[in-house]
Amino acid sequence: MKLTLGPVLYNWEPSIWRDFYYRVADEMPVDTVCVGEVVCSKRLPFFQDVVPEVVERLMRAGKEVLLSSLALVTLERERKQIASLAKEADLLVEVNDVTALVHLAGRPHAIGPYVNVYNEGTLAWLGRNGARQVCLPPELPVSSISALATACPDVALEVWAFGRLPLAISARCYHARLHKLTKDNCQFVCGKDPDGLPVDTLDGQRFLAVNGVQTLSTTYANLIENIPDLAALGIASCRLSPQTCDMVAVAAAFRDVADGRLSPEEGRRALSEICGEIPFSNGFLFGKAGVDYRARSPE
Amino acid sequence: MELICPAGTPSSLRAAVDAGADGVYCGFRNETNARNFPGLNFSPEELAEGVAYAHRRGAKVLVAINTFPRAGALDLWFEAVDDAVRAKADAIILCDIGLMAYAAETYPEMRLHVSVQAAAANPDAIRLYVDEFNAKRVVLPRVLSVPEIARITRATTCEVEVFVFGGLCVMAEGRCSLSSFATGLSPNMNGVCSPASHVTYEETGGSVVSRLGGFTINKFAPGEPAAYPTLCKGRFKTGLATGYIFEDPVSLDAATLLPGLKEAGVTALKIEGRQRSRAYIENVVRSFREAISALNEGRAIPAGALQPMSEGQSNTLGAYRKTWR
Repeated sequence: MKLTLGPVLYNWEPSIWRDFYYRVADEMPVDTVCVGEVVCSKRLPFFQDVVPEVVERLMRAGKEVLLSSLALVTLERERKQIASLAKEADLLVEVNDVTALVHLAGRPHAIGPYVNVYNEGTLAWLGRNGARQVCLPPELPVSSISALATACPDVALEVWAFGRLPLAISARCYHARLHKLTKDNCQFVCGKDPDGLPVDTLDGQRFLAVNGVQTLSTTYANLIENIPDLAALGIASCRLSPQTCDMVAVAAAFRDVADGRLSPEEGRRALSEICGEIPFSNGFLFGKAGVDYRARSPE
Repeated sequence: MELICPAGTPSSLRAAVDAGADGVYCGFRNETNARNFPGLNFSPEELAEGVAYAHRRGAKVLVAINTFPRAGALDLWFEAVDDAVRAKADAIILCDIGLMAYAAETYPEMRLHVSVQAAAANPDAIRLYVDEFNAKRVVLPRVLSVPEIARITRATTCEVEVFVFGGLCVMAEGRCSLSSFATGLSPNMNGVCSPASHVTYEETGGSVVSRLGGFTINKFAPGEPAAYPTLCKGRFKTGLATGYIFEDPVSLDAATLLPGLKEAGVTALKIEGRQRSRAYIENVVRSFREAISALNEGRAIPAGALQPMSEGQSNTLGAYRKTWR
């Protein structure tokens, strides 16, 4: 089982963003690392100057690097940015909106979790178009994952295995709205919440998290206990989505379970210690409410 | 501009056609349909009868097969496409790339529309569907302002359809798992959002609490009307504020924007609400028919015609107004 580090979804300080990836290069036991802005194109200018050195450092460390594209493309400048990314990149582009597909047809690329791949017809079409690897939408149940892996063994499949679940994306910036600002004059207030802004129910129950135009789960997805089952289905890789917790330790736990050095249950206990009070979820895998968590075996 | 109206049942289809719809859209009574609600929708036979009725009166029928087919169960969706073709529908409205590939290959003459569920929000995304599957029309997601729509129509040969009235999705459609996260049922896979089967209301001392999948979505003071707990239109609590943090419980009414949408080169105007009553459909369709006629004839658009439909709730121009963001 390979491990992929997904792109940072939050508005992290550029220096923190850069230092995070340096540490990934030096210490994190992952095979593939995604770099790029997926959520809001307004954030990209802050860190794009350091992207080349980050990419170089990751590659020197032996990581495969993917350049992730934006998930919702509406503006002209976003269209141009996608077009130049697809045309000029000599690395594999991870497509997060079909917009990039018109530029990449026939060339090898990756498909990110924001493109709707729910069935073997779509997966086969994307494979014919040049997709080499596909990170499946997080809401897919294991029955679908299994059917996809069986139908298209040539495309490497990845599942969303750790980190807040990306549940929705909008044109409206909820961070700006909460600060009584508009998206056009947002003052980049999403930077105040490097792990997302908690949205609780009126009863105080944890529920969602807001990250600019994106809405995430408050739970961290955690499929560490399901690694053996996913490996048995032929899943090629687990995606770990960066949060502010110790991601190097998270990746190490996943690596240890995947390699059999740690039992799945021990892996979950290790992650509980790393993540503190954050609840876990893996309900989507079982076709249940995504917020649910089902332990592998009762303890 | 064509007026495209919702038909949740055969009788609503006839009502919409009689009230002046240029086209109606409807779907089958199963999970191939993103409005897979109990008591709604069409059997293949009902669809064929509905198409015949509409065609006799010069109206079109567009069939929405707008969920994402389940892996390992593609046949149900293929059959829906086959049945729509057999019923002589004027177009099929699809969102899934694999299903579009099937339809384009099997029925090259069938008119294909890109569903709003595909969230094609710019000319390049639209071009993919036009070039690969010969799509003739795209229904735009409700995330664009009127000037942005105008830029899209200028940059594509594809016809453009936009929503003008009814429920408002504030998230990019086809890319939202909020409901699935709370209930296990998904708009994309099961054709339901905030499903009634997972809704509860609890009343104590005149106050009402509405829940979805066990999560409190709203609390209403005594006398305050209790809206349906659609997840993104609930009240929540954050460190900054408590209230409607995603969207107020409003619906979309873009009637006043009709001149701008016409100017923008929009081909068709869509009314949301296949779950609505026949009387509601009749009223809304008649009102929009009148507004479009006035627009085309250079008369003033009648003001407030839809007020009875929006009584007790407020309306919004949604993303059509850029400041909404």
